[in-house]
Amino acid sequence: MRYLPLTDADRAEMREKIGVSHIDELFKDVPSADLNPEIDLPRHKSEMEVERHMTRLASKNMAAGSVPFFVGAGAYKHHVPSTVDHIIQRGEFLTAYTPYQPEIAQGTLQYIFEFQTQVAQLTGMDVANASMYDGSTATAEAVMMARRVTRKKRAILAGGLHPHYRAVVETTTQFTDDEVVRLTAQPADPEAELKALSDAIDDTTSCVVVQNPTIAGHVLDLRALAEKAHAHKALLIVAVTEVVSLGLVMSPGEMGADIVVGEGQSIGNGLNYGGPYLGLFATNQKYVRQMPGRLCGETVDADGERGFVLTLSTREQHIRREKATSNICTNSGLCSLAFTVHMTLLGEKGIRSLAKVNHKITQDLKGALSAIEGVEVLNDSFFNEITVRLPKNANDVVETLAAQGVLAGVPFSRLDPKAGLDDLLILAATEVVTAEDIDALATALREAI
Amino acid sequence: MSMNNQGRPTAATGGNVNPDAFESFSGHRGLRLAEPLIFELGGADTCGVDVTEVEGFEPTIAGLERGGEIGCPGLSEPDTMRHYTRLSRLNYGIDMGVFPLGSCTMKHNPRLNEKMARVPGFGDIHPLQPTSTVQGALELMNELSHWLMTLTNMPAVALSPKAGAHGELCGVMAIRAALEARGDAREIILCPESAHGTNPATAAFCGYKVKSIPAQADGRVNVAALKEALNDTVAAVMVTNPNTCGLFETEVKDIADAVHAAGAFFYCDGANFTAIMGKARPGDLGVDAMHFNLHKTFSTPHGGGGPGSGPVVFSEALKDYAPLPYVKADGDSKLALHEWPSEDDTTFGRLTAFQGQMGMYVRALSYMLSHGGDGLKQAAEDAVLSANYIYACLQDVMSASFEGPVMHEALFDDRFLKDTGVTTLDFAKAMIDEGYHPMTMYFPLVVHGAMLIEPTESESKYNLDQFIRSMRGLAETAKSGQTDRFEGAPYFAPRKRLDETLAARSPILRFTKPEEA
Repeated sequence: MRYLPLTDADRAEMREKIGVSHIDELFKDVPSADLNPEIDLPRHKSEMEVERHMTRLASKNMAAGSVPFFVGAGAYKHHVPSTVDHIIQRGEFLTAYTPYQPEIAQGTLQYIFEFQTQVAQLTGMDVANASMYDGSTATAEAVMMARRVTRKKRAILAGGLHPHYRAVVETTTQFTDDEVVRLTAQPADPEAELKALSDAIDDTTSCVVVQNPTIAGHVLDLRALAEKAHAHKALLIVAVTEVVSLGLVMSPGEMGADIVVGEGQSIGNGLNYGGPYLGLFATNQKYVRQMPGRLCGETVDADGERGFVLTLSTREQHIRREKATSNICTNSGLCSLAFTVHMTLLGEKGIRSLAKVNHKITQDLKGALSAIEGVEVLNDSFFNEITVRLPKNANDVVETLAAQGVLAGVPFSRLDPKAGLDDLLILAATEVVTAEDIDALATALREAI
Repeated sequence: MSMNNQGRPTAATGGNVNPDAFESFSGHRGLRLAEPLIFELGGADTCGVDVTEVEGFEPTIAGLERGGEIGCPGLSEPDTMRHYTRLSRLNYGIDMGVFPLGSCTMKHNPRLNEKMARVPGFGDIHPLQPTSTVQGALELMNELSHWLMTLTNMPAVALSPKAGAHGELCGVMAIRAALEARGDAREIILCPESAHGTNPATAAFCGYKVKSIPAQADGRVNVAALKEALNDTVAAVMVTNPNTCGLFETEVKDIADAVHAAGAFFYCDGANFTAIMGKARPGDLGVDAMHFNLHKTFSTPHGGGGPGSGPVVFSEALKDYAPLPYVKADGDSKLALHEWPSEDDTTFGRLTAFQGQMGMYVRALSYMLSHGGDGLKQAAEDAVLSANYIYACLQDVMSASFEGPVMHEALFDDRFLKDTGVTTLDFAKAMIDEGYHPMTMYFPLVVHGAMLIEPTESESKYNLDQFIRSMRGLAETAKSGQTDRFEGAPYFAPRKRLDETLAARSPILRFTKPEEA
């Protein structure tokens, strides 16, 4: 077996040194009746055989890059520069552990410090942590942090928050005594959604969680909401599922957010059928000690040279155990490296330009769809995602178009089957979408309805 | 001066110079390249990608355009490559040498796995594509599930947890949901002293109080104490098996029986499953739920702290409470995703936005297929053999904490350093100077100054012997009273010891421009 370096001769020598004649003497603590069970699994395969097996499975999937592609709703297909994947595959990054021995992990620690800074700058907040699993778990952690900060239990989730995120928050808090209020989705009326959220705030509210742009793609001005929340000593949590939007849209920090969570997949990371992704988590300096997850900080070594270490770990499970701010241990390290490398390549100029291109293409998409009779675009504002009302069941339309090799978007009913919004379709258009792709979509859609 | 056959000097001519006295004009020292932060290198106008300028741009974003400077400088593509390449050289990874970090299972990360995860049919599919267009992905998830259930003899598996601790959350939530369905959520979870910190943290997350169960003198759970603590307020027991002392819990079935008799559930932390894959099945031992760490047992890269993946296997008693989404049959040999609860569903809910860590499923399945059932068993045996070899070879110079045989990791404590002035930390840092990543230190908490060594199945005998020679050398040097090499260690790493107290006392968690600082 190619991954196992020991030879039979080595094994014999080692057994002799240990003083056993058979390997199973080392397993004597396992109940003997349960040792070496019959296990019906295939025998080992060569590299070539494994490749054959796996590529056969992969060939049954329709890759995003092979078709006109408009699927978003929390994960986005962007072009990732080749440099990113090369760097994250360097063994020194790929095969390193969590940097618990900082003297030989400065590479990891320095990029985490860079990542934390980039996330803080993008979100307009003071500090960011070293990452969470994904945007949805980061949102759940933010709700729990708001409770620690405010010592109040009532969290209000906006109707425009991704239904999966809402589900994750509800799942995560179901066994605590937190109260989670879930407002109705009104994808056709973002102002009403925002007003309902604002009206729901009272003195018992720990936080309001609002997504921007919303699941339907609307861009919201959250400044008045922030003031209302703060007047009631509640925190404003802003979830950003498309982080590229921060290159064009006013940052949540500038709008008054207290915690910003996000899905960082869009920068540096592929679609990967839902994971691994990258949870972003940023807040203000005064709440640092209530944050979940790892933090990297600057310090000096014994020679006075600048260096970086994991810090404030008295918040974390390996020190605090049941009193920790979160149980998270492993996070999304390598995905945060991919983010940082891509962000470094983009810089100020690149992120702004990329955001503009996304927005422009989506304007074109909106124009093309508005021209189709029977299709109603619900967005007056948007970044790179819009929602349309179709004269038919959106899921059926998506299936019809998929059969023709066009991946048209996400039916709202897939995200929230009970909302009674079966005619809504959410479409995203990033820089990878061409004018021909939009034509192909419009033509197919016209026929399908 | 001696010359080679091309007439070149074969030795340096410098004589007795002290190179440290030379000023470095660049900040570099040969291959030790100093590297600033991107914020000190980059510029607002520098860009490493070709950007398109949009003509006549009029945004439709409700007048909420971002003004000012974002504050993320860019680098050109060559400078980006160089920046991160230089940083990478400050890191130690499995690719560079023995990485004996106990309980973390730093085994070889095959590059075939990386290649497979990047095939567009896996790497470039969206979690919300119609399931009719991702039948191969769902098939792969089913195949991985089959391997995990077969290796454990458990009837169900939830793939979606994103890491080990998330898997624990998944397991304990299913337990709580099952208990609530009985009308009795209970109050307490029992965790042995030697447990990973995530276990008690997870229990608290699910609204449980944690009660610690002491270890007994042989390093195993004190079963008598555990039985005494069991009553009808106990929801579950969380036991790591093999445990964090590297020992198999001999009385595991007795524990399971007692737990079940008390109406509680048996959660097994499967972090150390590598020791028993193909050798023993948790389902035969009375386990109700166990998470895997695909990034430990099944070789997906640790990546400097993630991403991980933490699937959880469930017993009959818990399987109906497993989280959504999961793959289900959809008639006519088609596969679908069960994403939302139906009327009679008892699932505890959804743990993550999508289907979990698909990229890790591909890598883990590639590892499993490569080994086959036969190879996985051999890998477990080699991991255990290597740990016992190290245990046997170091017994006379270091202090083994418990009587062997051990499983896949060997636990030592600091008794052999008594009166030397050298601590476990010093010893670990001296290992860095020997070219090794230190073992896990000060964990588990059940022995003083713990040193937990896990070689995995990936080391050759040559590597093991070299490592043993270093460890013996260090132990003997410490005991001989020559402690200078330990006190300031590491001397040969990119940094000397870092001031963690300073970092925590006045935290600097981001770059700030000097004029703003």
